[in-house]
Amino acid sequence: MMRLELVKRPQRSALFSALSPFIAFALTIIAGAIMFALLGVNPLTAFNIYFIEPISQVWQLHELAIKAAPLILIAVGLSVCYKANVWNIGAEGQFIFGAIFGSIIPVLFPQFEGPLVLPLMLLLGMVGGAVYAAIPAFLKTRFNTNEILTSLMLVYVAQLFLDWLVRGPWRDPQGHGFPQTIQFGDSAVLPELLPDAGRANWGFVFALVAAVLIWILMSRMLKGFEVRVLGSSPRAGRFAGFGLKRMVFFAFLLSGALAGLAGISEVSGAIGQLQPVISPGYGFTAIIVAFLGRLNPLGIVAAGLVLALTYLGGEAVQSALGISDKVARVFQGMLLFFVLGCDTLIHYRIRLVGLALTKPEGAAKLDPEPKLKEAR
Amino acid sequence: MSANQDGTNLLEVRGLTKIFGTLTACDHIDLDIARGEIHALLGENGAGKSTLVKMLFGSLEPNSGEIFWNGQAVRISSPGVAKKLGIGMVFQHFSLFEALTAAENIALSLDDGSPISSIAAKARALSFSYGLPLDPESLVGDLSVGERQRIEIIRCLLQTPQLIILDEPTSVLTPQEADKLFETLDRLRSEGKSILYISHRLEEVKRICDRATVLRHGKVVGHCNPRAETASSLARMMVGNEVQAVVRAPVEGIATAQPLLEIRNLSRKPATPFSIPLKSIDLNVRAGEVIGIAGVAGNGQGEFFESVSGEVLQQDAGSVRIRGKNAGNLSITGRRLLGAAFVPEERLGHGAAPRMKLSENLLLSRHATDGKAFVGGGGMVDSAAIYAAAQRIIEAMDVRKSAPDPEAAALSGGNLQKFIVGRELDRRPSVMVVNQPTWGVDAGAAAHIRQALIELSRSGSAVLVISQDLDELFEISDAIAVMHNGALSEPMPIAEATFEKVGLLMGGAEPGHAEHTMETA
Repeated sequence: MMRLELVKRPQRSALFSALSPFIAFALTIIAGAIMFALLGVNPLTAFNIYFIEPISQVWQLHELAIKAAPLILIAVGLSVCYKANVWNIGAEGQFIFGAIFGSIIPVLFPQFEGPLVLPLMLLLGMVGGAVYAAIPAFLKTRFNTNEILTSLMLVYVAQLFLDWLVRGPWRDPQGHGFPQTIQFGDSAVLPELLPDAGRANWGFVFALVAAVLIWILMSRMLKGFEVRVLGSSPRAGRFAGFGLKRMVFFAFLLSGALAGLAGISEVSGAIGQLQPVISPGYGFTAIIVAFLGRLNPLGIVAAGLVLALTYLGGEAVQSALGISDKVARVFQGMLLFFVLGCDTLIHYRIRLVGLALTKPEGAAKLDPEPKLKEAR
Repeated sequence: MSANQDGTNLLEVRGLTKIFGTLTACDHIDLDIARGEIHALLGENGAGKSTLVKMLFGSLEPNSGEIFWNGQAVRISSPGVAKKLGIGMVFQHFSLFEALTAAENIALSLDDGSPISSIAAKARALSFSYGLPLDPESLVGDLSVGERQRIEIIRCLLQTPQLIILDEPTSVLTPQEADKLFETLDRLRSEGKSILYISHRLEEVKRICDRATVLRHGKVVGHCNPRAETASSLARMMVGNEVQAVVRAPVEGIATAQPLLEIRNLSRKPATPFSIPLKSIDLNVRAGEVIGIAGVAGNGQGEFFESVSGEVLQQDAGSVRIRGKNAGNLSITGRRLLGAAFVPEERLGHGAAPRMKLSENLLLSRHATDGKAFVGGGGMVDSAAIYAAAQRIIEAMDVRKSAPDPEAAALSGGNLQKFIVGRELDRRPSVMVVNQPTWGVDAGAAAHIRQALIELSRSGSAVLVISQDLDELFEISDAIAVMHNGALSEPMPIAEATFEKVGLLMGGAEPGHAEHTMETA
């Protein structure tokens, strides 16, 4: 009889802090193989179609960048929130409101054209996301509501509001009754980076720039220090003179603005108009990206590419093997599950406890601890 | 009672060793405890006392060595085993639920399913027979620290232990409460029970203990009869060399000096059901003096500190004045910018962020006051500047550490405290407010911190020290005020103050009725 026991480490393990995402990824692959086998597909074939083929040509890399851009943009914003111990789960809603605000110009003022249109749209997108994120921030600071619940519930409000807009007041009169707005004019479309090679647009550049800026903010600036102090020891933060309420607003507004920018970039770049559904759940997947990237903006860029691949792979297995593209959701869920599980190893180590230890005398000196310590 | 199995000691420890990584916390400890003796375990912080006691109580497993109980080799693998053998422990930090009654708290630890009413009756009988008055029906949240300790002691006695381990029991008591405790310990000894008494207060060890074992750096440096030793010879054994005495030069003309910190009619409603309201506190701290605030823990010191530091703001801007300016509605940053500095009681998580480097912790309290030096244009932190400043403080305060710029949590309590005090002294603040400056700090470091506070005051600053350690306050203060139940007494000039007078005020006596209370107490 053996049982597993978690033993708290004296301090967090730097090794497992770095290894944890990789262990999680490996476990996801194993669990994924079992899932494919149960579906009656050879796991190797499935993995080839899922993870390798979607990125074997240049134009496919562009598709990857299109999917990764919103994930990275949203996740770097969320990383600031989570570091500050502010739990914004509603990036999906902020994404949608960014898209709606940014679309005001091309939908309501289609005759307004020129080089100013796009910057104004992007700006409005950020404002829209930030305004929508301000609601849970206000509720939390004023009424001490749980921001996880309020921000999450506001996602559904945003989805339904968008649905109503495109079916009602903003519907394209020449659209044969389809629930969608007019196609954006040329000056309202986010240009492609390398039109000859693929569809990737400037959204990916925004994502990379945002990641670098947030990295500088968090590691080099006083504001980032404030975020980290308030998130890790709020009492010490209050002693430092940092305001907890101000921080809640800062984190929500910043992450909301970035999610809003992702929203308007997606609509003006990849889609070209507003539709009832504009996101395959980027705002939720970005939560996984943030944690898989260790809440580090540079790690998030890598994690964003991995999660973008799960979307492409999901589409690929659907067309090639006839498996539902919900497989993508399953992979994302498993990844988050294993990442959070593996994070336990940062603070605890596992030890096997045999019956010998529960006997009163003798064998007890053969403690497995020293061996494990050496193994580290 | 099994006190007659003579010839063997109740407890014998041979070569007990505990290793954490590279640190040998206990190195071949030998210890004998006879039946019916009070045995002192002396040592500085970090000497290995807690580790040893945890092994005896079964919360830590030794790497090697043997424990004999009544002459039999035993393995104490858990606190449950220790309790079954007959070892009971009263911890320094109580583990009681404030919202439950005393009897309910006791019932929780007994887990034998007996009804609360019978436990309450037993606890009442026990408390009566040992002279530890306690109402089992009272809510813990309403009890004083001394009364809470009684619950812990009674909880321990209900398990009829033969050996009782007491960890720093008097650190939270008034002198009068401590006297009561000593009477109880005498009773227990006369019944043949043994007591392992952990303390660093040498006078009380001399007074009540039959034998003492002194630990230093994890090793036993000697067994002795404390009654045959002097306080300074015991201190020498503990520390390894003479602790430098703190020098306090008398100051002249304090009465006419300018008050740098003025507190006028400061009141505060309780923030939670278990916190203490502050009752119109008045106090002046003048340039050049150290004022001490004595009091049993939990009498409003924490609430007072938060109000003075600006972590909690006041309605009336004039209720706290710093260097002649109203500061009651200023944040802690605003008060710092007026020249004040603060050191809170809790080091990890309040005075310092545990997972941050020392240099980052320097920024914690000084990002605004030293903004020009530490934070460059655009809000970029000048990491070279904060690193250099942190090293300067580390050197000035002799902070011992394992890495050039370690995380705060990696330092021992005393060394972290030296850094936190040094961080504020380095600014040369004109007002310094410190809560428990040397709590849990070893003697050498404590002397260093106390001397630094006195020197700061003599250079023209106003220093306010809140402390539970009366020895400390008598050592450094020019006047002592006492906080009881949220009210503050008039400061007593040090020349007129005695332990007796301060102790009575700590127990809640009215200043004018001191004589009378003493008779009835």
